[in-house]
Amino acid sequence: MKTKLPVVKIVPKIRDATIKISEKTIVKTEQANEFLVGVADFFLFLARTIRETFSRNFEFKEFLRQCHQIGFKSLPLISITGAIMGLVLTIQTRPILDGFGAVSLLPSMVAISLVREIGPVITALICAGKVGSGIGAELGSMKVTEQIDAMEVSSTNPMRFLVVTRVLAATLMIPILVLYADAMGIMGSWLGVNIKGEVSFVLFISQAFSVFELIDFLPAVVKTFFFGAVIGLVGSYKGYTAGRGTESVGVAANSAVVLASLLVIIVDMIAVQITDMLI
Amino acid sequence: MEQINNISNVQMDDSKTVVEIKNLRKSFGKQEVLKDVTLQLYKGENLVVLGKSGSGKSVLIKCIVRLLDPDYGSIKVLGDDVSFIKRNELSKLRMKIGFLFQSGALYDSMTVKENLEFPLRRIKKKMTQKLMDEKIAEVLENVGLLDALHKMPSQLSGGMRKRISLARTIIVDPQIMLYDEPTTGLDPVTSDEISLLINQVQKKYKTSSIIITHDIECARATADRLVMLHEGEVYKDGNIGDYENSDDPFIKSFFKG
Ligand SMILES: Nc1ncnc2c1ncn2[C@@H]1O[C@H](COP(=O)(O)OP(=O)(O)OP(=O)(O)O)[C@@H](O)[C@H]1O
Ligand SMILES: [Mg+2]
Repeated sequence: MKTKLPVVKIVPKIRDATIKISEKTIVKTEQANEFLVGVADFFLFLARTIRETFSRNFEFKEFLRQCHQIGFKSLPLISITGAIMGLVLTIQTRPILDGFGAVSLLPSMVAISLVREIGPVITALICAGKVGSGIGAELGSMKVTEQIDAMEVSSTNPMRFLVVTRVLAATLMIPILVLYADAMGIMGSWLGVNIKGEVSFVLFISQAFSVFELIDFLPAVVKTFFFGAVIGLVGSYKGYTAGRGTESVGVAANSAVVLASLLVIIVDMIAVQITDMLI
Repeated sequence: MEQINNISNVQMDDSKTVVEIKNLRKSFGKQEVLKDVTLQLYKGENLVVLGKSGSGKSVLIKCIVRLLDPDYGSIKVLGDDVSFIKRNELSKLRMKIGFLFQSGALYDSMTVKENLEFPLRRIKKKMTQKLMDEKIAEVLENVGLLDALHKMPSQLSGGMRKRISLARTIIVDPQIMLYDEPTTGLDPVTSDEISLLINQVQKKYKTSSIIITHDIECARATADRLVMLHEGEVYKDGNIGDYENSDDPFIKSFFKG
């Protein structure tokens, strides 16, 4: 009896541990499963959006309204952040270039970093916050209060009316906002240069674009279209698939921002890799 | 029971059935909401659906317009099985159905006028602006809210939203009306007016309607026939007299007072 005791004690322990592990595995598997279902769902949503984009009956009026909403209404925010971006970048870069005795390169250096990377990414991230959450919250609340259902029974395709218009508007407006932010950034940079010593605006601009090439510009513009599409799509997806109850609206808006920001960074990484390979 | 049979005998004629639901089952996850519902809506009839909160009344009418897909069973609307028709046919069928949402579902980003124009523009595509304006004024007058024309939904009270939403539903003269709690949250006077309006719509446009309500006054005023849902099935089918004279304690608790 005495020799058997440790075994008797150990067996239930092992059994409990096994049960615990398998329970945890089940939870993990379920989570992984949920994640995969989510990813599949998102791509289905993307496919549906693309299909509806190329169908007849484009909702032009709603598209214009969204362009106004996404583009025009973001201008004040983008103006301020763009200008500050240029200013700060200039002030931060100057001492480094000073060390090499290359302050004359300051304008072109700032212009290139602005146009190639900082302008597009910062603007896209700000828009992921403003536009992504706006779309997520709007569509989410429309979903929760049955407005999307009401559209559907009024023989209106809500994917076409709500989603396609917003995704296209974002795809078109974000690049414009980025170009605008770049311009504001360069203005801000001129201001930064002028803090120490006078430089005329014309001279500054000619210095800034002296080493500038199309290859600095083109890939940066192309990727902003993808940023826009990602922001519009993620916002719409999160709003459109919101759950029931008012708290889902907040969840939709919040997760739209998180996912859109993450995807913007990932798309940027991919874009940089591709550009690097092509050049 | 005799009375029920009488009604059924008179109206069993197939050509007069506008909505026919057979063995409908619908669950959400593990929760079985509708277990086995068989139900007909006859032409020109006001059918009131009663049932406790959460008994699946809203789910039932959402299945009729296919906002929700049933798990089992068939739903025929004007002769078409909604589960099997093509998307554009479904869209055409939906044009003939008016749906009043329990929450109102007014478009928040549009004014009252734009809300009312929305279905008109999409369903009656050939209508001129002048005719549209006249129609909008007519339905707003019907719900007693002519002065709300240029307001935003957020500026309206709960009861006003409900009435605008009712106006938006009847504006396209649907053949079938599905009202989800048309009088809930309204004062007794307005409730009576809405009941009256439902009857007027029925007479004027020969609509067949399903009216979901907890409001016994509204049920009394509008019902040609009443169906009670309980535990996912049709618990009782009959006219108002059958319910009021019933000895069943569950039904009595609905009709007390
Ligand atoms: N889309 C959905 N997803 C998950 N569950 C749902 C959905 N729609 C309804 N339900 C559930 O189905 C049940 C019945 O809901 P339903 O809205 O039909 O009730 P009801 O009879 O209309 O009640 P009330 O009188 O309160 O409006 C509820 O428990 C609800 O939580
Ligand atoms: Mg309901």
